[in-house]
Amino acid sequence: MEKSTVFNNRLLPYLLLLPQLVITVVFFYWPASQAIWQSFLREDAFGLVSEFVGLENYQALFAQPEYYQSMLTTVIFSTLVATLSLSIALLFATQADKNLKAGGPYKTLMIWPYAVAPAVAGVLWFFMFQPSLGMLARPLRGMGIDWNPLLNGGHAMTLVVMVSVWKQISYNFLFFLAGLQAIPRSVIEAGAIDGARPMRRFWTIVFPLLSPTTFFLVVVNIVYVFFDTFGIIDAVTGGGPAGATTTMVYKVYADGRLGGDLGGSAAQSVILMIIVIALTAIQFRYVERKVQY
Amino acid sequence: MALRQFGAAATVTVALALATPAHAVTEIQWWHAMTGGNNDIVNKLAEEFNASQSDYKVVPSYKGSYPDTMNAGIAAFRAGNAPHIMQVFEVGTATMMSATGAIKPVYQLMKDAGEPFDPKAYLPTITGYYSTSKGDMLSFPFNSSSMVMWINKDELKKAGIAEIPKTWPEVFDAAKKLKAAGHATCGFSNAWASWAHIEQFSAWHNVPIGTKANGLDGFDTELKFNSPLHVKHLQNLVDLQKDKTYDYGGRTSTNEARFGSGECAIFLTSSGYYATAKGTAKFDFTSAPMPYYPDVAGAPQNSIIGGASLWVMGGKKPEEYKGVAKFFTFLSDTNRQAKLHQESGYLPITKAAYEKSIKDGFYEKNPTLQTPLKELTNKEPTENSRGLRFGNMVQMRDLWSEEIEAALAGKKTAKEALDAAVARGNAMLRTFEKTAK
Repeated sequence: MEKSTVFNNRLLPYLLLLPQLVITVVFFYWPASQAIWQSFLREDAFGLVSEFVGLENYQALFAQPEYYQSMLTTVIFSTLVATLSLSIALLFATQADKNLKAGGPYKTLMIWPYAVAPAVAGVLWFFMFQPSLGMLARPLRGMGIDWNPLLNGGHAMTLVVMVSVWKQISYNFLFFLAGLQAIPRSVIEAGAIDGARPMRRFWTIVFPLLSPTTFFLVVVNIVYVFFDTFGIIDAVTGGGPAGATTTMVYKVYADGRLGGDLGGSAAQSVILMIIVIALTAIQFRYVERKVQY
Repeated sequence: MALRQFGAAATVTVALALATPAHAVTEIQWWHAMTGGNNDIVNKLAEEFNASQSDYKVVPSYKGSYPDTMNAGIAAFRAGNAPHIMQVFEVGTATMMSATGAIKPVYQLMKDAGEPFDPKAYLPTITGYYSTSKGDMLSFPFNSSSMVMWINKDELKKAGIAEIPKTWPEVFDAAKKLKAAGHATCGFSNAWASWAHIEQFSAWHNVPIGTKANGLDGFDTELKFNSPLHVKHLQNLVDLQKDKTYDYGGRTSTNEARFGSGECAIFLTSSGYYATAKGTAKFDFTSAPMPYYPDVAGAPQNSIIGGASLWVMGGKKPEEYKGVAKFFTFLSDTNRQAKLHQESGYLPITKAAYEKSIKDGFYEKNPTLQTPLKELTNKEPTENSRGLRFGNMVQMRDLWSEEIEAALAGKKTAKEALDAAVARGNAMLRTFEKTAK
């Protein structure tokens, strides 16, 4: 018996696909191709002078030690943010999944940070940890810790990681919670009857069943740390001190928007795009095999 | 129901449109970055101008921070939709002036419109920043400030410092005393690191930041602020940072609150901090000229300005330019300038307005507002103190601050940091030079 829908009209499927295709072309392929084209140009901010320079922008970029520094910073930053935000969200989601009395308000509170704009979140945390006035920095200093994200690169990195993680936990939490609630109770109960302790039940039953969710979140989180965190970095540290929190995407923003170097900035965004495409491809090719749907 | 309301509204609109007199009012768009009290002043200026005549209507709109406003203007220009007047902060000057065709030089505008205009009527340290080496004024000075040293008089007294320090060695001394007297986390500090320790520092000591009169005479300029004097100064800061006799205060103004809260009793920042200081400080404070090294011949020279000016965008109709020129004449009026200065705390842009404020006795009541003017007019500006104009200055400031931070954090020596700041800045200048025609 034929189960799939049959379209008698040959045009209809294309017509139905069209809106999606138009959106993809207008909002992805077109800007992406513009970026690639622009990366071969040298242009002033106003677009008055435009000259084809071939790979010069790329050469200039790879001659900068700061660019390699920003790559390293990105690796550290994205690893920390993705790992921490995923594991903390998973912990919270497993707790929320238990039969809590105040489950509703708890969940609402958990989702809140997601509604806060990155720049606002950045400013909020910046003020809490501002070395001499911040309400959380003062006790730190009181304990004898010389907290100073203005000069200490490690402290600044800690701060932007904290804000970025805090912002992303909500999103991860939502998906993890939905994933957990989709797991049938009976399976876990069967494990319990067989004598498996909670931790063992979690790692052998729950976690593998959560793997599609986890995989999806890993991809989303990597895209998040690569592209969505510059607002936070801008508000909290401005890429400093001494470039310690300048990630690749922040450098794109700083060079292009603040510096008016559109060609160099476009070259960077092309490289960034290639990296993310590669990462996503690797994830789907190799990591997805371990996912059980 | 909703539709009927819409219909009614449309009818009213049409009726209003028909009722307008035959001669059309020329609208002049003015994009700016002024917030709070200064936003009110901008709106009031536009209202007064609009009420003063019936041919033109100035429409101010707030477009966000200085960089935001500038970016909005550039984006609008690229889309063929630029405003007539755009407020651009001083570090955007090189970008604006290199955009031949995108802008209409103010001296040209005034000449074309036949408006009376004498560049000599304006304070030379202000116009120097916005003029070509021939003295042609490219943009119209609007809100200018300079860097001053804010002093918490109460705390200085408590620490047994009888006089406000004048030189850097005296500041270091005072900071040590302040630290001993309880200011454990901050003897002195500053906002705007590169503005304080590179840009203003160089002008104030009459040493070049770069060649070609700090870039004013052309874009083929090279940075020079890694001189022994600059290295010595940064090294002093590095040494004092170790025990927080000096405590770094960041690239922007976010740390200004450390002065208001009483944590730092000596603080270098913009004279535009006046209104905030007045609102927050619960102690007796004043402003003093920036410190200098007494062993440097000729120091102190004169300071340079911060703040913003008004740029006129290119490609507009002559009729519109006429309106812009009339508006600038309106702004230059001595009484209006003096009032603007006294209300906003920004500097008067004309000599006459400054003299009027002196005559009015304004500074006897508000000596803090005279400090930046005394600094700016301290001596005739030289090649090194006329101003500066470097391409990509917004980003370059960040880069310079980055290197200062590296030195203060002990990652580089003062010399290494300044050498790197110069080398990286030069690379950026070369890129800019290629696009600037």
